[in-house]
Amino acid sequence: MKVVVIGNGMVGYKFCEKILSRASIELVVFGEEIRPAYDRVHLSEFFAGKTAEDLTMAGIEWYHENNIRLHLADPIVSIDRTAKKIHSHKGITESYDYLVLATGSAAFVPPIPGVDKQGVFIYRTIEDLEMMSTHARHAKTGAVIGGGLLGLEAAKAMLDLGISNTQVIEFAPRLMPRQIDDAGSAILRNKLELLGLKIHTSKNTSAILGDEVITGMQFSDGTSINVDMLVISAGIKPRDELAKLCGLETGSRGGIVVNEKLATNDPCIFAIGECALYNGMIYGLVAPGYEMADVVARNLAFLNSPAKITDDISKEVTAIEVQNPPSGGRGAFLGYDMSTKLKLIGIDVASFGDPFLEGENIRTVVFEDTMKGIYKRINIAADGTALLGGILVGDADQYNMLLQTCKNKMPLPANPEDLILGSRGGESAAGGGGQGLPDDAMICSCESVSKGDICNAVSAQGCETVDAIKKCTKAGTGCGGCIPMVKDLVLYTMKAQGKYVRNVLCEHFHYSRQEMFDLVKLHGLKSYDEVLDRLGTGDGCELCKPPVASILASLWGEMILKKGNDTAQDSNDRFLANIQKGGTYSVVPRIPGGEITPDKLIVIGQVAKQYNLYTKITGGQRIDLFGAHLNDLPEIWRQLIEAGFESGHAYGKSLRTVKSCVGSTWCRFGLHDSVSFAIRIEERYRGLRSPHKLKGGVSGCIRECAEAQSKDFGIIATEKGWNLHVCGNGGSKPQHALLLAADLDDETCIRYIDRFLMFYIKTADTLTRTATWLNKMEGGIDYLRNVVVNDSLGMSAEWEAEMQTLVNCYKCEWKEAIENPEIKKRFTHFVNAPEIKDPSIKFEPMREQKKVADWK
Amino acid sequence: MLTLTDQNTITWFPACHTEDVPANGGVCVKYGETQIALFHFARRGEWYATQNECPHRMQMALSRGMIGTQQDEPKVACPFHKKTFSLATGECLTGDECSIKTYPVKVEEGKIFIGIV
Ligand code: SRM
Ligand SMILES: Cc1cc2nc3c(=O)[nH]c(=O)nc-3n(C[C@H](O)[C@H](O)[C@H](O)COP(=O)(O)OP(=O)(O)OC[C@H]3O[C@@H](n4cnc5c(N)ncnc54)[C@H](O)[C@@H]3O)c2cc1C
Ligand code: SF4
Ligand code: FES
Repeated sequence: MKVVVIGNGMVGYKFCEKILSRASIELVVFGEEIRPAYDRVHLSEFFAGKTAEDLTMAGIEWYHENNIRLHLADPIVSIDRTAKKIHSHKGITESYDYLVLATGSAAFVPPIPGVDKQGVFIYRTIEDLEMMSTHARHAKTGAVIGGGLLGLEAAKAMLDLGISNTQVIEFAPRLMPRQIDDAGSAILRNKLELLGLKIHTSKNTSAILGDEVITGMQFSDGTSINVDMLVISAGIKPRDELAKLCGLETGSRGGIVVNEKLATNDPCIFAIGECALYNGMIYGLVAPGYEMADVVARNLAFLNSPAKITDDISKEVTAIEVQNPPSGGRGAFLGYDMSTKLKLIGIDVASFGDPFLEGENIRTVVFEDTMKGIYKRINIAADGTALLGGILVGDADQYNMLLQTCKNKMPLPANPEDLILGSRGGESAAGGGGQGLPDDAMICSCESVSKGDICNAVSAQGCETVDAIKKCTKAGTGCGGCIPMVKDLVLYTMKAQGKYVRNVLCEHFHYSRQEMFDLVKLHGLKSYDEVLDRLGTGDGCELCKPPVASILASLWGEMILKKGNDTAQDSNDRFLANIQKGGTYSVVPRIPGGEITPDKLIVIGQVAKQYNLYTKITGGQRIDLFGAHLNDLPEIWRQLIEAGFESGHAYGKSLRTVKSCVGSTWCRFGLHDSVSFAIRIEERYRGLRSPHKLKGGVSGCIRECAEAQSKDFGIIATEKGWNLHVCGNGGSKPQHALLLAADLDDETCIRYIDRFLMFYIKTADTLTRTATWLNKMEGGIDYLRNVVVNDSLGMSAEWEAEMQTLVNCYKCEWKEAIENPEIKKRFTHFVNAPEIKDPSIKFEPMREQKKVADWK
Repeated sequence: MLTLTDQNTITWFPACHTEDVPANGGVCVKYGETQIALFHFARRGEWYATQNECPHRMQMALSRGMIGTQQDEPKVACPFHKKTFSLATGECLTGDECSIKTYPVKVEEGKIFIGIV
């Protein structure tokens, strides 16, 4: 059988992949673009530094290896249906048994006078983006026509291109009119405006101004704006021109009409992806396109199977039983759910099922927080039996769960509002993981992978990591939105198999960090080698050394470089400084609470000058001196220590800073002296080794200038004392701290932090911040509160005593390092030429200071 | 393993003394303009030498890396991005970074010699 595919976009490519895995046929592909199919969904990442190559679905070699004849940059210009032949622009004629049209769509450009001017772009191909970035270099103001899914993505791209003055022009009265309702749209609008986008709704563009190059836009309400660059994203137009030309049936508003087998009115020609019109609908998303590709691949493979004797092909196609697919899975396309979650601008927006349902039989639950910019709506059958659709703006964490609940008609909790409000009162959330889902629940819709497929990959094929699942099932390789769910399912399946999911350190230790902590303590082990001899096998590695060294430090409070533990430390701890690009180190003296005297500031300046160090105020209210040679570190620290500084532990998994605001000593709103309390706390926990770094904050009132609620522990003054919040986190997945206890006096507050920190240090996995630790804790903050405040484990007295021991044995590591000749001698680059610094380090001048030369 | 003919063409360069190298860690040796990382794998009673430059981002840093084993293969992890390299063969054990050069080492009366071929 010979199949010709027209169009090498995402869906055309997927068709090739799917049919290859099912049948051996002769496959010829024609693509109009100059490169093989690439990931259009993640097109915008081109501006974030991804290259065309990074976005490629499969390189040209892949087509060769699989004997696919691929013709790029050669569009098909006509189809001769009677002769079953196609003709390409370059003059190639190719016959076919079956033809698959995967010609996708083009951007719809409304007929506004002036759309042909320079500086007006569409947003569809890599070439479009290349042209945009060239033009953007000289543009200061930009606009996007269209406030839908793609328009907003294009607007964000303009911001990324450095055009901070960007406006969005939407014809409808609200943004994303097809996905979200008025209220959701209003919240989204607010959020976008905070990003610096200017939004106009109910605005109709009447002309594009300028001579050859765009200079402005004229609207039908008489107003106008100046712009240097415009992207039109007003919808898509299916590429059905070829189909029309050869007399295939097309829709009045475009699209090639197909039946549930994706066959056109010519049974030897199929259309899939964004060019196909099924049931009056164009599916402008990739997942339904993939599903179409799969259906056609299955059916063609069936026709190609040796068991089939083909005399009248046209009969065969229609003969395939819709309900009884020949090769398993679905033999027919029966429509597709248009649920979407945007990968937009760091603002969560999602809609699923029917987001707009209203009426007597529908109960709508809405949650709205205009302060935080969150809007959630769910539509439930009035009898409470099923979730029918909904909208999430500002927080779409529950999207996957809701989508699954909706698609699989899963039973709802007694209080359906729990679905969007999450579990309150500490009980586990309705449908918190993937456990409750039926086996055929679609987990990865990009690649059509069901829960059953994933669980099977775990139990039958031994895939026990997300990466293994990706390789084996392809789940999570598309948009990636399902990865948290996949992870969950892997763990759940392993547990269900009775596999104790052991979070072991590495091949040398068959224990989790928590078990190691207890065992090291029980056996009184004090050095890495002792621990390895007693509890491990082999010779250790870079995965187990740092956590063991950290456990030793948390348990015994001994200088981290003694007892041969120096070489078990991560490089940063080993040299008591952070290694930087190029191989120099940074020097961060502790500045508790951010308070520093003028004299000390002068010393920092002098030291920096003497050693030619780049200085910068850090995000943690202190000063970082960068670019120190290893050889210079001891002398730099000698001078700093002499002036009263001590190590800031910027290199360790240990307490960093306790950020303060100025508080009641100066601030007219301050309730208590937050600086003094921050200093007291920072000095209490300085040097404390923990599974990950620790940060604190103390604010003098609820205005929260110290950002305490983004810290591992954050303290906020109240009229009556301090509120203690815990488990906040910045980083890539920010999370606010939760209130642990309210209106505490100084001493109680410190006791609670002691307990909290000891509990964390003893039980968290390696490199797990307190936020993630809490997220994984069964019972969540309520459980934690019970342990810390109500002493439910009966450990508080012991933990407080242990913490006090650690506090008492604190010594500045740098002071010890420079006083101990054995340790000090390690701070040289060449062992056989201690006076020579690393000659390979190069600096370049920058803004009156220096920077390290870029690495290759 | 060295063969006899190799032995003949090797120049043994005296690098330092055993006590100059931390147990289970590395130091950097200057040989003319060349930087060589020298490791004392005390747990196994072995000595290794490799180029000091990590081929990933051309950083002079391998001597400051942690050493250990992977399925009994001795290795060093670069402090920058934790790419690991076999100390015995120089082969990169994490992905496709190029391999590193290794040098023979011998210890005589507390002195360490690195073999330059
Ligand atoms: C210097 C500084 C940036 C600056 O110029 O301001 C900085 C620099 C580094 N940060 Fe940071 N972070 C700095 C404040 C922050 C903050 C803001 C804050 O503390 O208020 C955050 C977010 C708050 C938080 O941690 O929750 C922050 C979140 C991170 C993270 C992500 C942590 C997470 O939980 O996801 C990393 C990566 C890690 O630790 O694994 C990181 C890692 C790093 C490292 C250590 C990367 C590395 O391994 O080389 C950088 C090395 C600095 C050096 O050599 O001295 N840095 N880093 C800031 C030093 C603060 C200080 O005085 O100690
Ligand atoms: C910026 C952007 C963001 C997007 N984000 C998302 C998202 O988040 N989620 C989502 O689900 N979808 C998203 N989409 C939509 C998704 O990219 C499309 O649904 C998908 O690419 C459709 O695939 P296709 O193969 O049908 O069409 P296309 O990818 O358009 O491929 C069709 C190919 O056929 C070629 N062609 C046309 N005519 C001929 C001819 N006569 N001869 C030869 N070749 C021809 C075209 O040049 C093109 O290369 C986004 C699209 C864009 C542009
Ligand atoms: S944000 Fe990234 S680049 Fe900036 S200092 Fe922190 S780790 Fe380094
Ligand atoms: S520089 Fe060595 S791993 Fe990147």
